[in-house]
Amino acid sequence: MSASDDIWILGIHMTKFGKHPDLDTVDLGAEAAMGALNDAGVTMADIGILAAGNLMGNGAIAQQLQKQIGQTGIPVYNVANACATGATALRTAIMSVKAGESEMGLAVGVEKLAGAGLLGGGGQAKSDGTVYEPSGRFGSVMNTDGRVGTQTMPGVFAQVGMEYGHTYGGVDFELFARISEKNHSHSTLNPLAAYNKAMSLDQIMNDVMIAFPNTRPMCSANCDGAAAAVVTNGAKLKTLSLEQQRRAVKVSASILTSDPYQEACQVLPDVNTLTKRAAAQAYEAAGIGPEDLDLVELHDCFATAELVHYDNLGLCEEGGAVDFFNSGAPWRDGRLPVNVSGGLQSKGHPIAATGIANIWEICQHLRNENGDRQIEGAKVGLAHVIGLASACGVHILEKSAA
Amino acid sequence: MSDTAQIPGQVPLVGYLKLGENPHLTANQCVSCGARFFDRRNACASCFGTEFETVDIENEGEVRSFTIVSRAAPGVKVPFVAAVVDCGGTSVRGNIINTEPDPDHITLGMKVRLATYSLGTDDNGTEAIGFGYEPA
Repeated sequence: MSASDDIWILGIHMTKFGKHPDLDTVDLGAEAAMGALNDAGVTMADIGILAAGNLMGNGAIAQQLQKQIGQTGIPVYNVANACATGATALRTAIMSVKAGESEMGLAVGVEKLAGAGLLGGGGQAKSDGTVYEPSGRFGSVMNTDGRVGTQTMPGVFAQVGMEYGHTYGGVDFELFARISEKNHSHSTLNPLAAYNKAMSLDQIMNDVMIAFPNTRPMCSANCDGAAAAVVTNGAKLKTLSLEQQRRAVKVSASILTSDPYQEACQVLPDVNTLTKRAAAQAYEAAGIGPEDLDLVELHDCFATAELVHYDNLGLCEEGGAVDFFNSGAPWRDGRLPVNVSGGLQSKGHPIAATGIANIWEICQHLRNENGDRQIEGAKVGLAHVIGLASACGVHILEKSAA
Repeated sequence: MSDTAQIPGQVPLVGYLKLGENPHLTANQCVSCGARFFDRRNACASCFGTEFETVDIENEGEVRSFTIVSRAAPGVKVPFVAAVVDCGGTSVRGNIINTEPDPDHITLGMKVRLATYSLGTDDNGTEAIGFGYEPA
């Protein structure tokens, strides 16, 4: 592989996650983009492609951002891939650089989600009319959410975790709550997290039940936030300063998958198969295995989801996710720390920003710039994100050798 | 797809619920590979075959996963139990009904069977019939 095939993160930034009532979507996205450019030591004049995502927006966030930070006429891509939107934006920029169309790319994900309620359910425009008329793909005469299962995210992902329990055993309410206890504990060291208070097991289990076994603190927090990254290739990096080369983080794998057909995927999204495939492809591309990882940021949109991804990402043996958690491995002082940022349950989940923010977290550790939260000696990390229904992004990142 | 209005004065909640003496679900089955779909497909998601036939789904099944939903969108009655039920190899989404919606009464692997219930009557006097799965 020639140097120009190597992809590097030159600069990356995430905003504080939480409530930003005084900033609109463009302001927030611009803050992240400017932060990433500054971190990279470049300006918009150096950027050859911009890919941006804002799931709740009007589909033109990239152009809006250009007008806010610099209009240079470069190609822009407005991307959407549910909760994997940020990772998809990053991968779009990476593909452009890899293809040789540009030497440097900027990816941005931004969302204003503070105060949003339950996502995914009851969203049909049709109301329960006074005359029953079959309509839609299922010929339904009224809204099916709540009548034919649930479409809300806490309930969907609750079933994902419970299904794992049915297959392998060993899961109960308390196990899932303890996963959440870990992430809330981790968040106390993250000043950018939307919520950074520790929560006891009792507090978590006795909080408001949303969809058994997920109580409120076991659900990802809707909040505002943005993240952005500047990527470049190895040849370009060599022309930059030693400091830029030292801080650059190598993208050893950038993988995106969608869900292949599975028997049950029409009734419950299969978040497992596409994650397993993405992980396998990523390990092969990077030439490493899960045993080489120093930390993982995975998509804990709900406590019930974190469990299955231990297995899907190969962090444990097949069926061994419960034992892996019970061993203490995924705690920050454990064998393989998972979600030391606090995860989506406490850091927050501004949808389109998440797939870059998790990469920011890994980069901070690999650069040894993460202060109190630093995982000492971290050299290799994996960031995973999943969006229904479905897209999975897996990035493997390595510390610069320079 | 057969006519959805199989019983005068009644209409099923969804087109794949067949009413009558033996209420049951149906699916569009790929003639080539047997994959089953509750909605229409142009080609099979599994093998890309383009021929489908209507088949009946077994009424008895086993709970493969569930959640007890306590918070939902406005207008959705809570709590309710949403589940994935394995009906003879076909996964079905539906509610668990006719039992208490709590973890003491709902367990992974429990045996269930299809049951129907009234969802109300419209201005024309037509009754909507829903389905769920009750403990067998």
